[in-house]
Amino acid sequence: MTQALLTLEGLTKAYPGVVANNDISFEIGHGQVHALLGENGAGKSTLVKTIYGLVKPDAGRMTLDGRPYAPANPRMARAEGVAMVFQHFSLFDALDVAENIALGMDNPPGRRQLAARITEVSEAYGLPLDPHRIVGDLSAGERQRVEIVRCLLQNPKLLIMDEPTSVLTPQEVDILFKTLRKLAAEGTAILYISHKLEEIRSLCEHATVLRLGEVVADCDPRQQSARDLAELMVGTTLHTPSREAGAPGEVLLEVTGLSLPAPTDFGTALRDVGFSLCAGEVLGIGGVAGNGQDELLAALSGERLAPAGTIRLRGKDVGRLPPNARRALGILAAPEERLGHSAAPEMSLTENALLTGAVREKLISNGFISWPRSRSFAQRIIEGFDVRTPGPEVAAGALSGGNLQKFVIGREILQAPDIFVVNQPTWGVDASAAAAIRQAILDLSAKGAGVVVISQDLDELMEISDRFTALNEGRLAPIRPAKGLTTEEIGLMMGGAHDMEVAHVETLAEVDA
Amino acid sequence: MSLIRLEKRPAPSALLSAATPVLAVIATMIAGGVMFWALGANPFEAIRTIFWDPLFDPTFGAYSRPQLLVKAGPLILIATGLALGFRAGIWNIGAEGQYIMGAIVGAGVGLALYPTETRWLFPLMVAAGAIGGWAWAMIPAFLKTRFGTNEILVSLMLVYVAENILASVSSGLLRNPEGHGFPGSRNLARDFPAASNPELIAGTGMHWGVVAAFAAVIFAYVLMTRHRMGFAIRLAGEAPRAARFAGVNPARLVLFSLGTAGAFAGAAGFFEVSGPAGQISIDFNSGYGFTAIIVAFLGRLHPVGILLAGLLMALTYIGGELAQLMLTMPAAAIQLFQGMLLFFLLAMDVFANYRLRFGTPEVA
Repeated sequence: MTQALLTLEGLTKAYPGVVANNDISFEIGHGQVHALLGENGAGKSTLVKTIYGLVKPDAGRMTLDGRPYAPANPRMARAEGVAMVFQHFSLFDALDVAENIALGMDNPPGRRQLAARITEVSEAYGLPLDPHRIVGDLSAGERQRVEIVRCLLQNPKLLIMDEPTSVLTPQEVDILFKTLRKLAAEGTAILYISHKLEEIRSLCEHATVLRLGEVVADCDPRQQSARDLAELMVGTTLHTPSREAGAPGEVLLEVTGLSLPAPTDFGTALRDVGFSLCAGEVLGIGGVAGNGQDELLAALSGERLAPAGTIRLRGKDVGRLPPNARRALGILAAPEERLGHSAAPEMSLTENALLTGAVREKLISNGFISWPRSRSFAQRIIEGFDVRTPGPEVAAGALSGGNLQKFVIGREILQAPDIFVVNQPTWGVDASAAAAIRQAILDLSAKGAGVVVISQDLDELMEISDRFTALNEGRLAPIRPAKGLTTEEIGLMMGGAHDMEVAHVETLAEVDA
Repeated sequence: MSLIRLEKRPAPSALLSAATPVLAVIATMIAGGVMFWALGANPFEAIRTIFWDPLFDPTFGAYSRPQLLVKAGPLILIATGLALGFRAGIWNIGAEGQYIMGAIVGAGVGLALYPTETRWLFPLMVAAGAIGGWAWAMIPAFLKTRFGTNEILVSLMLVYVAENILASVSSGLLRNPEGHGFPGSRNLARDFPAASNPELIAGTGMHWGVVAAFAAVIFAYVLMTRHRMGFAIRLAGEAPRAARFAGVNPARLVLFSLGTAGAFAGAAGFFEVSGPAGQISIDFNSGYGFTAIIVAFLGRLHPVGILLAGLLMALTYIGGELAQLMLTMPAAAIQLFQGMLLFFLLAMDVFANYRLRFGTPEVA
């Protein structure tokens, strides 16, 4: 390699109270698949936003192909050949693929011509897309294809991908990786942002590790173990959650034939969901986002009432009971969205403790709230779950994601549930807080509670589940013991490749070979 | 790219939130002063006539001072009820109609029993007035919970229905049989002692409706700070999904807040018809139900704030009338002046939540 494609020299960016990037330097070569590794808050987003022209650095400079590069906005970045696929798609559900792609281009060609180009490019890279399909009907993997194809139409020199596999099944990840390898072989550099170490080890030839805004390592991820990489990221030795394996107890919760229509136009219907949960057991439910996770939690928590007889706790029908009646019986839940669903961001931690604790902690008598009792409950959560905050009068929204998640999980666990249902327990939470939360879940089950963990993090589910299943389009796959499941089997349970075509990639791969 | 832009504050400024009503009043005085000056009046004299003379002028004070409570009473009572719904994101815009129906039903019960002397009549009429307002508010509440209709439209449209009912009964069902065919009911305040709502302490304007307004403020304060229903209302307003997760029943909340607001407005209507107004007449209603919306927001939807805002709004009413009389200001100028108050309050609110930044933004 004679000259690097993109070099970063001493990039620094500070926000009030935090230095997001401190003196960051590295380079990306032509055709290199370069990983950017780091925990939440390590400064990955700020760095790629700098490269994409969304953030202006306080100090430092960049060069692209040897020339100074300082994009003032994303349009300039795209003009220079830098494209980015965001973690959260910016697509309009009601428009078709071609319309969505045209909206994201600076100078879109005519409709007919664009449709032809989309078909051409998408076939060439093994990402078949019908330009005329409505985006609202596409799976998450197909939506990502729309975003990628939109970037590829501009012939980028550098493609930035932010956490691209968080919405994909293992099979879909394979297809994506084939595409990325082909792109790299043609000379396109790829900056790949992720915290999934195994993926990075299989895909990338170079990795830059960020911690607290600084580069802590530059390495070849193929030469490192996943554990070494993780410790570089976190900076300490990682504690793996553990517990005594006990025999499962009596059956606590039984769900049979639970079907519920979709709550909104773009929601998911639950179809004939059934499982049973024993005392002391952790049931892991995987699946790509948007396959009924929120809907299943709402049906179990009582936020949406289920048909009579479909949910039974110790044989008693609870399907028609509202949330607080279920809490009284011992079914507690923690939804995925912290701000506005499991917690009210503008209310204090005391008020948020009252939000679900009213019944079991007896914080309300004769309709009147006992604020001293609510405050001491909030204080117990803060102390018991190491929530970093000045005190219980602080607004929930002022806490960091990890701290608020510890508060939410702690609030439910301290109420000693018999059944605990949690969706995405460690989403957006740093590694040490995530380990603490997983340990708390395992401790809860060791005390005899049944726990349902819904998550898109397969590593997490494999680590803490006794049995595993997956949601796919509102249906639950047959439940299997978690131990010994292969990635292949898990992927198939999650819906395989969602009928996405792979044929073209394989032919191309043969040509390449 | 603009040189001036608004940047959201991490948390609303507590100081500014508390100070906005005061700043809004000051800004209204300045802008209103400019308007009065443009109309050819001395701005300082105009402001003094509106804010100072009603209370302290040696000539008019004795007449206008009691008017303060007479006007503030219904505003505070109605606004306190409305604020419960507004805090929960339930927009009852039809308090005017609920006020009219409360007056008609309350007065109707009394007139049906004319000329009884029992002392139970007045409490019975208060209850009837509250039920009248409550029932009128239950129409949008029922339609919303049952069919998902928009309570803003339904409650507002019902104001016009109520106005037509008022016109109909004042020249029909409730017309004074001894009134020589003129529209309007018997005068409860003058001719029907058992049904009248007199001034309780001479020279203060204090009547049972004002007592009820103060009681409502205390009720709302305790409800919002200590009771689970108040917590449910705040939760539903700030985070509707969290409220459902917490077990708040949205339909029950709609029924409660619309019902309470309707009952308060209905009682206010009855206290008015049996006291200051005296009788049911075609032009009995005078916009208290709409002005109360301004009072509720001016008082930050907080019971104590509403108490102060109600008094302030009443002052601008009385002072405005005085300004019309003394300075021959057009009535529209006074309405504009009151509108400015709400405008500046909302504008100041923006600065409690956002910070003004000069210079070019970093993110395009």
